[in-house]
Amino acid sequence: MSDVADRVRKIVVEHLGVEEEKVTENASFIDDLGADSLDTVELVMAFEEEFGIEIPDDAAETIQTFGDAVRFIKEAQ
Amino acid sequence: MTSGLMTGKRGLIMGLANDKSIAWGIAKACAGAGAELAFSYQGEALLKRVGPLAAELGSDLVLPCDVGDEASVDALFAALEERWGKLDFIVHAIGFSDKNELRGRYVDTSRQNFLTSMDISVFSFTSVVKRASAMMTEGGSCLTLTYYGAEKVMPHYNVMGVAKAALEASVRYLAEDLGRDGIRVNAISAGTIKTLAASGIGDFRYIMKWNEYNSPLRRTVSQEEVGKSALYLLSDLGSAVTGEVHHVDAGYHVIGMKNPDAPDITKG
Repeated sequence: MSDVADRVRKIVVEHLGVEEEKVTENASFIDDLGADSLDTVELVMAFEEEFGIEIPDDAAETIQTFGDAVRFIKEAQ
Repeated sequence: MTSGLMTGKRGLIMGLANDKSIAWGIAKACAGAGAELAFSYQGEALLKRVGPLAAELGSDLVLPCDVGDEASVDALFAALEERWGKLDFIVHAIGFSDKNELRGRYVDTSRQNFLTSMDISVFSFTSVVKRASAMMTEGGSCLTLTYYGAEKVMPHYNVMGVAKAALEASVRYLAEDLGRDGIRVNAISAGTIKTLAASGIGDFRYIMKWNEYNSPLRRTVSQEEVGKSALYLLSDLGSAVTGEVHHVDAGYHVIGMKNPDAPDITKG
């Protein structure tokens, strides 16, 4: 697991209050991890802050799972 | 420094979303100075966030309110009346536009979004101030939040700039209407802060950088700094201040052009 994945997982665990084991590659923030629509915006804001990147709205909408987030951030860096 | 400044004062905070909210900076400053607070929220998703934050400041008065619905606003103030009887201040941190219209051209604003933006971002302040003022039997202070995009064209701010201009004008009219009752009405025009609401504005990171490089203080501002200035307007420190739009923006509003020493920045 990369450093990016670890940092993303930490944010997700803290923000959504879920167990680390549940944050798997294909875990959907909304369907599997109990996020609501505001959570998804807050997560994107937290990723932007942590990694110093900008995630535009249209890109944010494609980030549905933990794996999506890690892939997007790696490409954006 | 401000300990006890707000002791015995009761205030309603409307529009808190999360711990990045400007309303949170204001609520913390007021509670820190001894104020007793109530919070309003719209919808379950926000209750989940506002509840724990209110509890953190010792408040269990967390009430639903949809400012687009007169009956809902009436119910909020009826609940406050029952619990407190009298009110000393309110903070209105509410605005709305369809985020698809916070990019592109203002001229393309739809009638429906124009009307909704004006209703939620402008009329709601007048509507809550009217009801709050009836409970401010010993005078009071009302505060709303605005932005420089009301005065000058800012990228992507579009219909919100028009709405904030109307909000600032309503601050002046409300100040005149309520001044004779010892009730003050002011606005804070805060610099750019990355909040949940700001996440709807296009190119926001670029706008933040621009402000940081070009404001006289060469930085952006924090929620806590807006909170400190709000405390002045909400407390007796601001007892002769009304109808004012107070800039808490690291001085950005006095600047006429780019600082020649600021780096040239590009989007993205």
